[in-house]
Amino acid sequence: MADTTFQSDAPALDPNLAALWETRPGFIGWLSSVDHKEIGKRYLITALVFLLIGGLEALVMRAQLARPNQTLLTPAQYNQLFTMHGVTMVFLYALPMLSGFSNFLWPLLLGSRDMAFPRLNAFSYWVYLAAGVFIYSTFLIGQAPNAGWFNYVPLAGKEYDPGVNIDVYALGLIFLGVSTTVGAINFIVSLLRTRAPGMSINRMPILVWGTLTASVANLFAIPALSGACLLLWLDRRFGMHFYDPTAGGQPLLWQHLFWVFGHPWVYALVLPAMGIVSDALPTFCRRPLVGYTAVALATVATMVVGFGVWVHHMFATGLPGLALSFFGAASMIIAIPSAVSVFAWIGTIWTGRPVFKTPFYYFAGFILLFVIGGVSGFMTAAVPLDWQLTDTYFVVAHLHYVLLGINVFPVIGGLYYWFPKFTGRMADERLGRAGFWISFVGFNLAFLPMHLTGLRGMPRRVYTYPANMGWDLSNMAISIGAVILAIGIGVTLFNFAVSLRRGAPAGPNPWDASTLEWSVASPPPAYNFRRIPIVASRHPLWEDRLEHVEARSVLESDIVLDRGRETIATTVLDAEADSILKMPGDSLAPLLLSLALMVFFFALLWSGWWIAGLAGLLCVGVTAVWLAPAAEPVVAEETARG
Amino acid sequence: MADTLFPEGPLPVALTGRLASGWYGMIFLIATEAALFVYLLFSYFYLASQAPGPWPPSGAPDLLVASLNTAILLVSSLAAWLGQKGIETGARGQLIGGLVAAFALGSIFVGVQIHEWLAKSFTPATDAYGSLFFTITGLHIAHVVVGLLILACLILWAAMGRFTAARHVHITVGLLYWHFVDVVWLVVFTSLFLTPRLGFG
Repeated sequence: MADTTFQSDAPALDPNLAALWETRPGFIGWLSSVDHKEIGKRYLITALVFLLIGGLEALVMRAQLARPNQTLLTPAQYNQLFTMHGVTMVFLYALPMLSGFSNFLWPLLLGSRDMAFPRLNAFSYWVYLAAGVFIYSTFLIGQAPNAGWFNYVPLAGKEYDPGVNIDVYALGLIFLGVSTTVGAINFIVSLLRTRAPGMSINRMPILVWGTLTASVANLFAIPALSGACLLLWLDRRFGMHFYDPTAGGQPLLWQHLFWVFGHPWVYALVLPAMGIVSDALPTFCRRPLVGYTAVALATVATMVVGFGVWVHHMFATGLPGLALSFFGAASMIIAIPSAVSVFAWIGTIWTGRPVFKTPFYYFAGFILLFVIGGVSGFMTAAVPLDWQLTDTYFVVAHLHYVLLGINVFPVIGGLYYWFPKFTGRMADERLGRAGFWISFVGFNLAFLPMHLTGLRGMPRRVYTYPANMGWDLSNMAISIGAVILAIGIGVTLFNFAVSLRRGAPAGPNPWDASTLEWSVASPPPAYNFRRIPIVASRHPLWEDRLEHVEARSVLESDIVLDRGRETIATTVLDAEADSILKMPGDSLAPLLLSLALMVFFFALLWSGWWIAGLAGLLCVGVTAVWLAPAAEPVVAEETARG
Repeated sequence: MADTLFPEGPLPVALTGRLASGWYGMIFLIATEAALFVYLLFSYFYLASQAPGPWPPSGAPDLLVASLNTAILLVSSLAAWLGQKGIETGARGQLIGGLVAAFALGSIFVGVQIHEWLAKSFTPATDAYGSLFFTITGLHIAHVVVGLLILACLILWAAMGRFTAARHVHITVGLLYWHFVDVVWLVVFTSLFLTPRLGFG
């Protein structure tokens, strides 16, 4: 292949690439960066902040509930707190955190220089931030959303909730949906088009499978939520009747739409996190993942079945028995693909030679919590038992085991695992293990007794309870556990803060891992790969030591692409090179469009129709400038090369 | 180097059609937008199935004007397609002609829709059917307006000479959206205008 295809005649490679790819210094440069690593880190930090806010809200509630008949909070304050706790954790922490990992890691895992749509990537972050600000905008004036994170009508209707609270919820989630949707599209197209040559779909890391599955699901799930919220806002603001049974509407319509979204969404919150474990755990077991193909297929299968289980949130609403049986059975079937993954992880540990580093503890702990959360989920899939347990603390226990167990534990493990790649330094091991054990003990002390509290009939979402109902001891234990868990998270964050400055330098591959992100410096250069790798197996860095792997990947290929911001595009299944992608540079357009959208949504909230119209026009203008075709191609008349 | 991973000939740099990332991006945008209409139509049929009285309460909507309007929208898709065929051979005049015709027909469609709205005997606040009818058709009109804005940009850029036979990915991708808007209307038209006459409800 002729050199001129992939390399200009510039003498020095690294300075040339750096000049092409690095973000300009200064505040404007920072605001206009489209570097996926920069955006990924912003996602991670912002999501961590929301995790802390949501955690503080939980601690205040646990202080209120530690003993019976307390009056620390008024019922109205309690309603806002548990609603914002749920909204924060489910919408503003859990998925954005995983998007942070995927944004930082995808191009590095896939052997590419950036995501397929770098500016859209920046846009999805800014919209996420703006929507977070929007959703919290009325918190300090005591008008935050207050009808629970799944916000059932008629409680959330105008009649029972006349303030601005629910309007913030409805518009805020539509706004946030924009971010999630464009992010999902970016992941999918990046996967389809920007993998390194040779990375056929059977060689992709499982994290990529997890995020791909979650992204495709989001494309079809988010519109159900956005639609439901739009109808709710129209009901509230313009007197329409979608949920109003006195004029032909149905309150159950909200529940159907919300859970058609909600159940795939909870899988979107866990599948990428399970992918983190599937990719990182084997590094600490010194062997490839057991059952790669089965785990990849189980990931997809979980989501496919996950679109057919939403009614298990509605067992107690009086739907026909046949429907309940179908959805109960479908919910139980989910146990099968979940178990496939669990046995694959156990098999990996069992047949490997475990190295007990901090991430390993988090991943091993995660497996236990996943099993406990899975079992309680299986129990509530049984319709008669669900009738007994619905709206009790048993369900709260279950959802915290799955969401903290399958999201937060892998996330912290993943933060420890990729901390050297993010920062160039190692996190401290002793603090890391201490943080794990404190968190693990605190978590179980907080949430295991909740099962019992629920079985003894304590309903969720009550702001206090009378003494001597059999709930006193467990509630005190739960509150103490919550504090211990908070201390554990605090130790972890302290560790990150200290290690950021004082940690030992990491080097490219401190864990001796097998995937492409560990073949480049820590932190990686702006252009990721000096030369685009050519991939020949699932474990490019382990090929020399694995038996039965004949193929050898080429990390120092002749694909340089230093004539501009460029990366290579490959075919969808087999990853054969088929074109050269010109990548856009830094731009302020994503930020401007996000700000215009924020003005638009605030104007809708306060019925400023003229302002909304002007902001809408601004959005159109910025988008048109953003997407306008270049007056002259960067390289005049160049249509093909080679 | 594994030679099978690289084609024999040159690698394209100016990308059109399915080589361009934008083409894929638009396909998935369309998928998620289509899902939104699916959920709205689900809401329509769900509330219809639960309705205590006749559905629609005011009788099936009039077909004549809506059918003609449907034809107008379909012809606009055809015009846009002819314009795209033009630029593929470098005929810029054909491109602009097709786009302008599509824009004009799309605008007529919106005008007729608004006229139909004003002639309705019910409002969005009358009952759940009114809410559904105006919201679903309104959301579709909003999509047509976005499509018109896209067409306007494409016409402007075409007039500025930004497109050639080799470089016109904006046309391909932008017109995908316009065709999508038309197809969605066929589904909305079938659901809101035809099914009530098929004995539904």
